[in-house]
Amino acid sequence: MPVEIDIAKVARLARLALSEEDLDRYREQCEVVLEHAARVQALPTDGVAGTSHPLPRTNAFREDRITECLDTEEVLAQAPDRDGDFFSVPKILDEQ
Amino acid sequence: MTYEPVIGIETHVELTTASKMFCGCPVDFGAPPNTNVCPVCLGLPGALPVVNGRAVEYAMTIGLALNCTIAGRSVFSRKNYFYPDMPKNYQISQYEEPLCVDGYLDVETDGTASRVGITRVHMEEDTGKSTHVGVGGRIADASHSLIDFNRAGVPLMEVVSEPDIRSAEEARAFVAELRGAVLRLGVSDAKLEEGSMRFDANVSLRAVGAEPFGTKVEVKNMNSLRSLQRALEHEIERQAAILESGGEVLQETRHWDEEAGTTTGMRSKEEAFDYRYFDEPDLVPVEVDDEWRTRVAGALPELPAQARGRYLEMGLDATTAGLLSNDVEVGLVFEAAVATGADAQMVANWLTGEVTALLRREDTTLGATPIDGSVLAELSAMVTDGQLSASAAKDVLAGVLAGEGRPAEVAASRDLIQVSDAGELEPVIDGVLAENDEAVAKLKEGDEKVIGFLVGQVMRATGGKADPGLVNQIIKARVGGG
Repeated sequence: MPVEIDIAKVARLARLALSEEDLDRYREQCEVVLEHAARVQALPTDGVAGTSHPLPRTNAFREDRITECLDTEEVLAQAPDRDGDFFSVPKILDEQ
Repeated sequence: MTYEPVIGIETHVELTTASKMFCGCPVDFGAPPNTNVCPVCLGLPGALPVVNGRAVEYAMTIGLALNCTIAGRSVFSRKNYFYPDMPKNYQISQYEEPLCVDGYLDVETDGTASRVGITRVHMEEDTGKSTHVGVGGRIADASHSLIDFNRAGVPLMEVVSEPDIRSAEEARAFVAELRGAVLRLGVSDAKLEEGSMRFDANVSLRAVGAEPFGTKVEVKNMNSLRSLQRALEHEIERQAAILESGGEVLQETRHWDEEAGTTTGMRSKEEAFDYRYFDEPDLVPVEVDDEWRTRVAGALPELPAQARGRYLEMGLDATTAGLLSNDVEVGLVFEAAVATGADAQMVANWLTGEVTALLRREDTTLGATPIDGSVLAELSAMVTDGQLSASAAKDVLAGVLAGEGRPAEVAASRDLIQVSDAGELEPVIDGVLAENDEAVAKLKEGDEKVIGFLVGQVMRATGGKADPGLVNQIIKARVGGG
């Protein structure tokens, strides 16, 4: 069961600039994955609850207690650019 | 044609837990930038989130206060989008299975009661804070942006209302009521100006009596109750003008400009809203059983509507009762004063008048001032006992707020104690009467109007400290007429 995918849109959503050849390659690979998903989707699942997690665990909570944070200098050292103790990022485009 | 606005409101409330939603970094809004961060809230590879149990309880109290059903099972999802203030490139939120659904909040707008449905209350995490550097702080003019991740991961509740609201005033009343409830629950400081409570409104118009909704516009960037009302009034007018002239309202997000008093459209790409939600694999579902739900429900404090009812029974007017019930800090001081015998209306008037004005002017909270129940009770007693006139009491209150001491001390040092001793007042009154033959003669003839003049003369002679009621009585007794 062939499944079509708008691979250019997926790339845009993921902010990936891909060449035409790359797009073709990923289109083929993603279509294989989607075909598999379509086969699973075709199975009769009436009355079967969705399984988001493989283990039957719920309510894994922690106490509302403060733990140690990272050192600001160490954190900012990971960034390409900083301005004082802030991360500095290029102008944010008018979209979200 | 007459149009009817259809309004729904989404409110975000930051919770005042000690630590963040999914990690142990402190929730502390005054901290220096990028100090309250760790691998989890920075989205570093391999870091795993763990849900803050108290945040779940706080979310449940909000849901229960809004008459919601608490879901037996709810799950977290990933909301995928790219923005520099969100280090993981997704926000952990709840989507298909939120914690609280199907509630309502009763609202009163200018004496008219209405019920606004609550679609859902769900848990999520806040993003970091970005500051745009450049001309005027606007995104479009910025050269670059500064990011502080201290706020990233702070527990955030989203309260989504049904499109049940029919006017800008009702929208304002709804948010005020919701804010009052959140404050009374003690789960958020709900500061609108600082953004710990924020709201967006969806607005559309339809012909009165029509069933289908019109095209809706999302209005953002209102940071006070007043700006919410103004923004909605403006947006309703704008849409009505478009429809009147035969045009079509564009479905879009519009940004409220407080100074210009207008909304402007924000450009946005169509696919920017393809969030590709999926279940968060790093977090297991939340299950709430009857025992847990009952325990949280049993610990709910009194809500604004109930407090308002009690205040009305004490004889307060509706406006004052509303102001006191929606601000729990002020309400509790009021109750403490009344519990020790203070006059309810007098204390309420001070709190909603002079005290509130000062708090706004100085941008502070009641807890940071010397005002408490015992101070107001003392001041109230001084008025009731005739030691202070109503206007002198306000001077004393100003002195207390300025840190000059307890009411008795301030009254003494500002020399405001009223003379209520007849023996002390009689010689002064006799002097005034002797100097004003003409007025006394008129009063004897039954001209009651001159008594005000004579009382005024005595007040002046005593530097405003005489008890005017007593002076009035003594003058009438002396002159014999009247």
